[in-house]
Amino acid sequence: MTIIATLPVVVPLGGAALCLLARRRLRLQRLVSLAAAAASLVVALVLVVVVDRDGPVAVALGGWPPPLGIALVADRLAALVLAVAATVLFGVLGYAVGQRRGDTAVPHFHAVYQVLAAGVSLALLTGDLFTLFVAFEVMLIASYVLITSRAGSAQVRATLTYVVVGLTASALFLVAVALIYAAAGTVNLADLAGRMREVPDATRRGLGWLLFMVFGIKAAIFPLFFWLPDSYPTAPTPVTAIFAGLFTKVGVYAMIRTQVLLFPGDGPSTVMLVVAGITMVVGVLGAIAQSDIRRILSFHIVSQIGYMVMGLGFFTAAGIAAAVVFLVHQIVVKTVLFLVGGLVEEVSGTGALGKVSGVLHRYPVMALLYLPAALSLAGLPPFSGFVGKLALVQAGFAAGQGPVVAVSLAASVLTLFSMAKIWAGAFWGAPCPGPARRPAVTTLGATAALVVVSLVIAVAAQPLVNLASRAAADLLAVDAYRLTVLGG
Amino acid sequence: MSLVVALCAGALFAAGTYLLLQRLLTRIVIGLGLIAHGANLLLLGSGGRPGAAPIIAEGTAAYSDPLPQALVLTAIVITFGVTALLLALAWRSWALTRSDAVEDDLEDRRIARLGRGEK
Repeated sequence: MTIIATLPVVVPLGGAALCLLARRRLRLQRLVSLAAAAASLVVALVLVVVVDRDGPVAVALGGWPPPLGIALVADRLAALVLAVAATVLFGVLGYAVGQRRGDTAVPHFHAVYQVLAAGVSLALLTGDLFTLFVAFEVMLIASYVLITSRAGSAQVRATLTYVVVGLTASALFLVAVALIYAAAGTVNLADLAGRMREVPDATRRGLGWLLFMVFGIKAAIFPLFFWLPDSYPTAPTPVTAIFAGLFTKVGVYAMIRTQVLLFPGDGPSTVMLVVAGITMVVGVLGAIAQSDIRRILSFHIVSQIGYMVMGLGFFTAAGIAAAVVFLVHQIVVKTVLFLVGGLVEEVSGTGALGKVSGVLHRYPVMALLYLPAALSLAGLPPFSGFVGKLALVQAGFAAGQGPVVAVSLAASVLTLFSMAKIWAGAFWGAPCPGPARRPAVTTLGATAALVVVSLVIAVAAQPLVNLASRAAADLLAVDAYRLTVLGG
Repeated sequence: MSLVVALCAGALFAAGTYLLLQRLLTRIVIGLGLIAHGANLLLLGSGGRPGAAPIIAEGTAAYSDPLPQALVLTAIVITFGVTALLLALAWRSWALTRSDAVEDDLEDRRIARLGRGEK
């Protein structure tokens, strides 16, 4: 049964290969790509059930026993995030297939998209620091192709920033891997967790902050977020949506995994909490200053990352569980918001708030899709954001960190204001003159399906919080993790 | 880690960072290449003292650590691919704008306009 932990990586890679073979036949590519995404989703859901019932699954690739070989480890946290990621990847693929010029705007869209999916799965499942680097590279190279191909003169400048920042972060990641190897003599995470305890305290802290910075660039925390709002809005809608939904969150996931496993602190980390608070505030203020739907939403990505870092910064089981719940909710809601933003742009030709108006009158369905996602982002009950924020606030008070919790609540109010700005600017008012352009039913359907997923998260809040709590408990039980991977 | 390797890596990082902060795209590409080389060198150096080839043989006591070398190979291949992509992108940028310089970004231009008192 352990083979199942490799399938989330193998299935999309196989799909990518088939898509390349069928490169002249778009319909066949779509079929293969959708089948691969659906299969990954099923595998991920089965994995959640199996792992939650029987405990973590570890696979030694190629039969080389860890710590010498590469291990894939599916524990509750990895399986849960993987399932949500697979859901979003499937939904966005449906949107791209349905949209006019959605999957034809980028050459070999389906092959690249599947490689990206494989990279995300590998980053979530790997139990090896260097393989994590490789997984990030696979993900990033696929993203470079998606964001740069067909970039016109307006986009080339922004995509250059994205690629250069990505490369610099990768080089720093490699430096971190090299220094960790020099200090501890292994790159296997489970083995490292044990050996890191023997590394001198100052060295350990230095390495911990270096790795925090590397993932901070990828997750776009303050002050390393500047590249994100410039580059994300320039890509085609499905590409931006998947970047916004997944990429920064995989960075946060890697941050949670490495910090808890390798650099466990004794109590709340003041630096992380300060960084988290500033990230929330700066992100939301940036969003308020913008007047383009995509740019507003991009700044909100930054702001919301702060909440997850805050959950990690508490360094308690409750805090990490809350961060995981928030992460799950964010992946879905952020993707939905970008998809709806793309729909609005498609029917009105622009995303500038001064030019769009009255979408509500002409396309009430879009307003219906936007509203739950926007209210969820702001954290209003009964939507999924409320569940995540409630868990974070409770964990924060339990950890005695009142000030940062207060900052997070203030940022929520500003988020609501900014969501209302999009609502008032784009959805209210007199409809724009000109002929009505109907969005494809498939794109609406895909967006609606993801909205339903976010509502399910809200309805199934208690089981989700319970699962996240078990995942956080697993994560903090470092010795059990080592036993699973390295054997007795 | 040998002092020579460490100093070399440091020099590469310094030169790479200097070039990365320039306005010309070609310099940025070269700078990123140098930084990546520095990282690779550091990874190679992390294996500790050099020794004989890591093949078990009679009469050899000290072997080189093969793992960092395998890691470096992977990293070099990745760097190569990404640098090729970056060069293609730099060429596209030149073809579109007929200039090698990186322009100010959207926000910078907006702030500059506001600073000049234009709307």
